[in-house]
Amino acid sequence: MTTALGGLPAVLTAAGPASAVAPADGALGLAWLLVALPLAGAAVLLLTGRRADRWGHLLGTATPVAALVVAVAMWVALLGSSDRVRELELGTWLPGGAFSVDLGMRVDPLSMTFVLLVTFVGSLIHVYSIAYMAHDPHRRRFFAYLNLFVAAMLLLVLADSYVLLFVGWEGVGLASYLLIGFWDHERPNAVAAKKAFVVNRVGDIGLIVAIMAMVAVAGSTDVGVVHEAVGAAGEGWATLIGLMLLLAACGKSAQFPLQSWLGDAMAGPTPVSALIHAATMVTAGVYLVVRSGPVYEAAPTALLVVAVVGAITLLFGAVVGCAKDDIKKVLAASTMSQIGYMMLAAGLGPIGYAFAIFHLLTHGFFKAGLFLGAGSVMHGMGDEVDMRRFGALARYMRVTWVTMALGWLAIIGVPPFSGFWSKDRIVESAFAVAGTWEPWVFGTVALVGVGITAFYMSRLFFMTFHGTRRWDDGTGVVPGGEPTGRVDHPHESPALMTWPMIVLAVGSAALGGALAIRGAFTTWLEPVTGHVEHHEPVLPVVAIMVTTFLLIAVGVVLAWRQYAAAPVAVVPPRGSVLTRAARRDLYQDAVAEAVLMRPGQYLTRSLVFADRQVVDGAVSGVARGTAGAGELLRRLQTGFVRSYALQMVVGIVALVVVVLAVRI
Amino acid sequence: MNLTNYLVLATILFTIGALTVLVRRNAIVVFMGVELMLNAANLAFVTFARMHGDLTGQVVAFFVMVVAAAEVVVGLAIIVAIYRTRRSASVDDVNLLKS
Amino acid sequence: MTTLLASAGAALPVLTSLAETGRTSTGEEVLFWCLAPVMVIAALGLVFARRTVYAAMSVVLVMICLAVLYVAQEAPFLGVVQVIVYTGAVMMLFLFVLMLVGVDAADTFTDALGAHRWISAVLGVGLGAVLVSVVLTAADLAPSGLAAANADGNPVGVARIVFGDFVVTLEVVGILLVTAAVGAIVLTHRERLVRRVRQRERADARVAAGETLTPLPAPGVYARSNAMDVAALGPGGRPLEHSVPRVLRVRGQERSVGEVHAHLGPEAVGSTPPERAITGEEQVR
Repeated sequence: MTTALGGLPAVLTAAGPASAVAPADGALGLAWLLVALPLAGAAVLLLTGRRADRWGHLLGTATPVAALVVAVAMWVALLGSSDRVRELELGTWLPGGAFSVDLGMRVDPLSMTFVLLVTFVGSLIHVYSIAYMAHDPHRRRFFAYLNLFVAAMLLLVLADSYVLLFVGWEGVGLASYLLIGFWDHERPNAVAAKKAFVVNRVGDIGLIVAIMAMVAVAGSTDVGVVHEAVGAAGEGWATLIGLMLLLAACGKSAQFPLQSWLGDAMAGPTPVSALIHAATMVTAGVYLVVRSGPVYEAAPTALLVVAVVGAITLLFGAVVGCAKDDIKKVLAASTMSQIGYMMLAAGLGPIGYAFAIFHLLTHGFFKAGLFLGAGSVMHGMGDEVDMRRFGALARYMRVTWVTMALGWLAIIGVPPFSGFWSKDRIVESAFAVAGTWEPWVFGTVALVGVGITAFYMSRLFFMTFHGTRRWDDGTGVVPGGEPTGRVDHPHESPALMTWPMIVLAVGSAALGGALAIRGAFTTWLEPVTGHVEHHEPVLPVVAIMVTTFLLIAVGVVLAWRQYAAAPVAVVPPRGSVLTRAARRDLYQDAVAEAVLMRPGQYLTRSLVFADRQVVDGAVSGVARGTAGAGELLRRLQTGFVRSYALQMVVGIVALVVVVLAVRI
Repeated sequence: MNLTNYLVLATILFTIGALTVLVRRNAIVVFMGVELMLNAANLAFVTFARMHGDLTGQVVAFFVMVVAAAEVVVGLAIIVAIYRTRRSASVDDVNLLKS
Repeated sequence: MTTLLASAGAALPVLTSLAETGRTSTGEEVLFWCLAPVMVIAALGLVFARRTVYAAMSVVLVMICLAVLYVAQEAPFLGVVQVIVYTGAVMMLFLFVLMLVGVDAADTFTDALGAHRWISAVLGVGLGAVLVSVVLTAADLAPSGLAAANADGNPVGVARIVFGDFVVTLEVVGILLVTAAVGAIVLTHRERLVRRVRQRERADARVAAGETLTPLPAPGVYARSNAMDVAALGPGGRPLEHSVPRVLRVRGQERSVGEVHAHLGPEAVGSTPPERAITGEEQVR
């Protein structure tokens, strides 16, 4: 530590005017607008109050669209330039003598990809929300929070220093908290928001510690400087920083063991689930890991841990997804699982970075599409979320059915839809990773995950749109079960909701293939991830592919047999041990409660006890002693003037005696 | 004879005055005790003046008398006021200081 | 005033001649030993006298003796002022207030404060002992005399100092006196808060309360003693307690009819005069 600090000025001078990186000019100089526009939107919407109720949603939608326009302009400018890594200096933010933090933005293919994803998907979801939230009295506030979220997310991905990234990181967390608890007049929603906030704080500790370690090692938090310095600082520091960054990523991306908040976060409005818990916020962890690639290069152990965490979460999410009946919770579990894929890919090292981001991009599209589809179904079904109450909806909502079908095919990895191009590469890379046992373990996990994904997503799709009708259409006849007493009139959602779904469905279908042509996306990301030659997988590529297709087919067929061809019970059957465990999120809350909450409560109670008995005891003991002394002295206060005079005389006599004694 | 005798007499008178203040309960008598103490002090002053050959002591005694007169006026007014409200001139009845 | 004081000094040639420079004269010694015991005893009277008036009178005695001692101590001006201010004004004010407050407020010797009296006594003696020992341990008490200071006469010497060094003090004391006078007026002033109760209201109240409407019976049926302290007898031959003045009753100075009867001789022994049966033929008074 001392040596690291001692070497601080040297590092600073070595880092120099932090730029071997080219400055961002032209359209790229507008990067700050990306953050400023939605932020201004949020500020205006929040500050003008109810006066903005009539036009608030329009302004709230306009800002991300404007940001999208700026982002596209920047993208075009970046494509036309040979120097793809740019730095936009906005001034010094925290001048602190030897240590200072610059306010700057890093424009490179990685951040550009995120910017495009966030602004594009974000804009669509804003549009969708106009209709979805049309009847909510607080729609303006909702749009303000959405804008705040977009601004924070863009700041996160554009930041050129980890401290600035942290600001965006926290902003995302705040916006997420506000949006999950948007309907906080219902207690479970407020609790879910609180849970998400607290779990995210645990991850934030990791980021803070990592930043402190960076300051100790590099004397700076600038991304470029840190990456150079960490390589030189030795594996110990790199492992520490890597693991701490992983902790942060786990918190934000709902990875094991900090995954518990994501399921509950579905308490928020559906567009929030689509925007935050599918397309953008939860991907921040993957972004952080990929962005910090050089750190993990210097720390193989940390990298392995990333892969392991990804693998565990992948299976965890998949298993949970198989058992849930709440359509949004299935999608949340699926998100967890898919991000597990991304983490796994990122944990494979440079060969996986590009595929992690690629999958992140395609996932952003199809998962947003699926969520919006789920929102559309709920919209048509009177906010019902239990899939056991759906069934045979395909006839009633054609557009939703088609768009969700495309998203479904994409996520389970059927060629030629997006998911195939990205996920298949991750499976291949998992088999191709260097090591003795790693390729087999990670490869198998990824393969099994593909099969389970196919099963639970098909389950969702079939339970919702096919099979028997399990809701009351007003005739009183419910083929699949007992009437609930509620009559549903499923209908297609308005155009403002369907159009974003259509756009996303097109993306789900075609984006992956388009970007995979001649490895266009990997090449685009090379300035950040570096060029890596692939190892040969331990199994032939063809064998892997065939196995993948077989597993997908098995999963879909199983789901069809169980949930489309056969009747689905309205009341969930008891199920096996595994099913029951999965329904309860594999006892994640119980474990957290037993491992963390109860000991914490006992600790608190014992501290309270100690505080009461020891600290308060001492304090009140002093007080009681004083009071007792006062009680004794009170006896002297008779209220009779003569008593006081007597006391005076006592004093005088004593005084005179003392004077006399001194004189003699 | 030594002038000490005067001082001893003054001391004795002072003590008796103080004792009166302590023992008696009638406010007027207590007040007279105070007057006696003042007079004892005056006697001491006069003796000191003679001892030092300086008339300042007598002047101080003179001022003490004047101040005592003022004090008597106010003190007796207070006693009368209290007597009016409480129908008593006993200092023990004025014990509102006790909670 | 000055001439008066000078004549006062001249009128006491014996006393002034007692004060020699340096030593006290034999005459002064005699005077002192005559007055000192009187003063101490009179002062003790203040502590022990039951009646407030007695206490006040003993204080007057102490003060007059003090005046004499002042004159003996070459302070004739102060001696005269002592007589005028203290015995003439202050003590008379005390007596005046005594009468106002009521002479019946005799002090009892039972004390509500338990051991207070004895602690006070011990402490008082202790205080005296300590102070006396202070005086006795003081060094060099030889008088240097006031012959030089009193060369132009004592009042002149005092006046030089009062209007010289202490002129500001004198002014302040003047303000103090005025303030005290105003204070006394304010303290004893009573704001009239309710309507004045006149004779008519009093009479109405009395009727309303069902009190005796007639004047109270006069005391002193038996004129052979001071009749004020003996209760009158009612129509039934019983003594009427309230016919004796309140002050005498409070002081316990009233006498029962039986006591008076004792003077009548053995044949009249009895607590009350023989009761007569009420026949209904008596004249109504």
